[in-house]
Amino acid sequence: MTDATLTSAPAGRATRRGIVRVALRGLLYLLLALFVAYYILPLFVMAVTSLKSLDEIRAGSLMSLPDSASLVSWATAWSSACAGIQCEGLQPFFWNSVKMVVPAVFLSTFLGAVNGYALSHWRFRGANLIFALMLFGCFIPFQVVLLPMARTLGLLGLAGSLGGLVLVHVVYGLGFTTLFFRNYYVTIPVELVKAAKIDGAGFFTIFFRIFLPLSPPIIVVTVIWQFTQIWNDFLFGVSFSQAGTQPVTVALNNIVNSTTGVKEYNVDMAAAIIAGLPTLIVYVLAGKYFIRGLTAGSVKG
Amino acid sequence: MSGWLTRNIPKIVVAPSLAAVLFFVYGFIVWTGYVSLTRSRIMPRYDFDGFGQYVKLFRTPRWDVAMENLFVFGLLFIAVSIALGLLLAVLLDQRIRAEGAIRTIYLYPMALSFIVTGTAWKWILNPGLGIESVVRSWGWESFSFDWLVDPEMAIYTVVIAGVWQASGFVMALFLAGLRSVDQEVIKAAMVDGINLPRIYVSIVIPSLSPVFLSAVIVLAHLAIKSFDLVIALTGGGPGYATDLPATYMYAMAFSRGDLGQAAASATVMMMTVAAIIVPYLYSELRPRHD
Repeated sequence: MTDATLTSAPAGRATRRGIVRVALRGLLYLLLALFVAYYILPLFVMAVTSLKSLDEIRAGSLMSLPDSASLVSWATAWSSACAGIQCEGLQPFFWNSVKMVVPAVFLSTFLGAVNGYALSHWRFRGANLIFALMLFGCFIPFQVVLLPMARTLGLLGLAGSLGGLVLVHVVYGLGFTTLFFRNYYVTIPVELVKAAKIDGAGFFTIFFRIFLPLSPPIIVVTVIWQFTQIWNDFLFGVSFSQAGTQPVTVALNNIVNSTTGVKEYNVDMAAAIIAGLPTLIVYVLAGKYFIRGLTAGSVKG
Repeated sequence: MSGWLTRNIPKIVVAPSLAAVLFFVYGFIVWTGYVSLTRSRIMPRYDFDGFGQYVKLFRTPRWDVAMENLFVFGLLFIAVSIALGLLLAVLLDQRIRAEGAIRTIYLYPMALSFIVTGTAWKWILNPGLGIESVVRSWGWESFSFDWLVDPEMAIYTVVIAGVWQASGFVMALFLAGLRSVDQEVIKAAMVDGINLPRIYVSIVIPSLSPVFLSAVIVLAHLAIKSFDLVIALTGGGPGYATDLPATYMYAMAFSRGDLGQAAASATVMMMTVAAIIVPYLYSELRPRHD
């Protein structure tokens, strides 16, 4: 909270208190550093292991730095590691994820913006009920929709396709995107909309001329949130994809759990880093917005 | 005509999303609920059969293990994540240098899929390769840490990894709460000569009770949905010692081909989540009169 700085204390006591305070600060930083080590450990292990040779991994210790760093396992992981019987590395699946994430993020964000706008500034009868219904949809355990979704995708001719996965992610992302935009638009003064209406502006004119230009901060939060969620998804990916259309998380799991041949830990670790790199980069560059999305999902105003 | 259109445009715009949610969320919940009341096996059957699937489910030892695991995992996961998250938030709130960087490190596990970080955890917890062998190589030959392969203890490795993943998020929630505590009250308490730990215990932390509630709800919800965590770390093993309801349902649906059991277990999960989330959403969305 704040440091206790009591200026009125007598001189002798002040120095002793000063020593105690320095010691406490030291302890504080030590604790924080220990926790930093705890959180960074898995990432560190992944990074150093991916740079070692298999011989060195077997001989050496988990946390030691590589004697001679090499990117061979990265190349193997990217282009020739085996996931089951397919040995094309992570590359095709990485692009599957990209092809799935881009349209899914775009569509769900756009729909969320329009919904949020309509539900916050054009309050028609039932608007709150509709919002509550959509919001509850974010929290359901997705196991409850897996079976009917598999059948529906089959009926739509989308079984095992990337298009099917895009549909799934848009539908189950709508609740959150609508929540983000609604809670953001609620803070825009009603008078602004009233004045525009008096000037004869309609629903879409107001949206594109007034709301959208005010939206970049919430668009960034929503896009980052959706990107992270969809890129990291495993349950839908493993349930609704087939051999050629798996997203990168599913392919990674297959590579790591592949039982044929020698276990190549360095390749596993390199593959894991590659699969996690996009979200990690986004997080490092725009963590502030990620955190905002994370907390918006749990504390509503 | 155009007047009707102008008046109803907001509804028309929301309609497709509402229809999608009604069909893909509520329609599907009803479908799964109904199938759980039939004798469906590999293919769904639609003749009503009562609660036979639930009777069978509650008599299945594997489901018992999954529910027991959820209870143990959920309780420890929530308690330890909150304790650790609160501790980290309080530590970080002492005007720390490089606070931003440290916060970033505490929270990054939440941005990565556990399928990714689980690869490393599996290795760290593996007796032959991980911590056990490291400590032994330091000279402590009898050191043993083989929870990952011990059916009795494996679920606790899931707790360790789960806490690692979620505690940074809890820290962020608490830190935001701490920053909104009235500084004047704290200054006044300090002037009265109350020491800092006392101020935290009796003034600051009690004022965070809404944050505690949010954290418990979010963590409980995460615990029930935990799937990647188990798949990446133990695959449900050894045997089915670390099965959770989520992995049980998946196994019934996609490897055993038992739709009736899959639907029944999914419905139990749904009820559990609803029991936690519905009251919470109700209280959050209720119009405030203040």
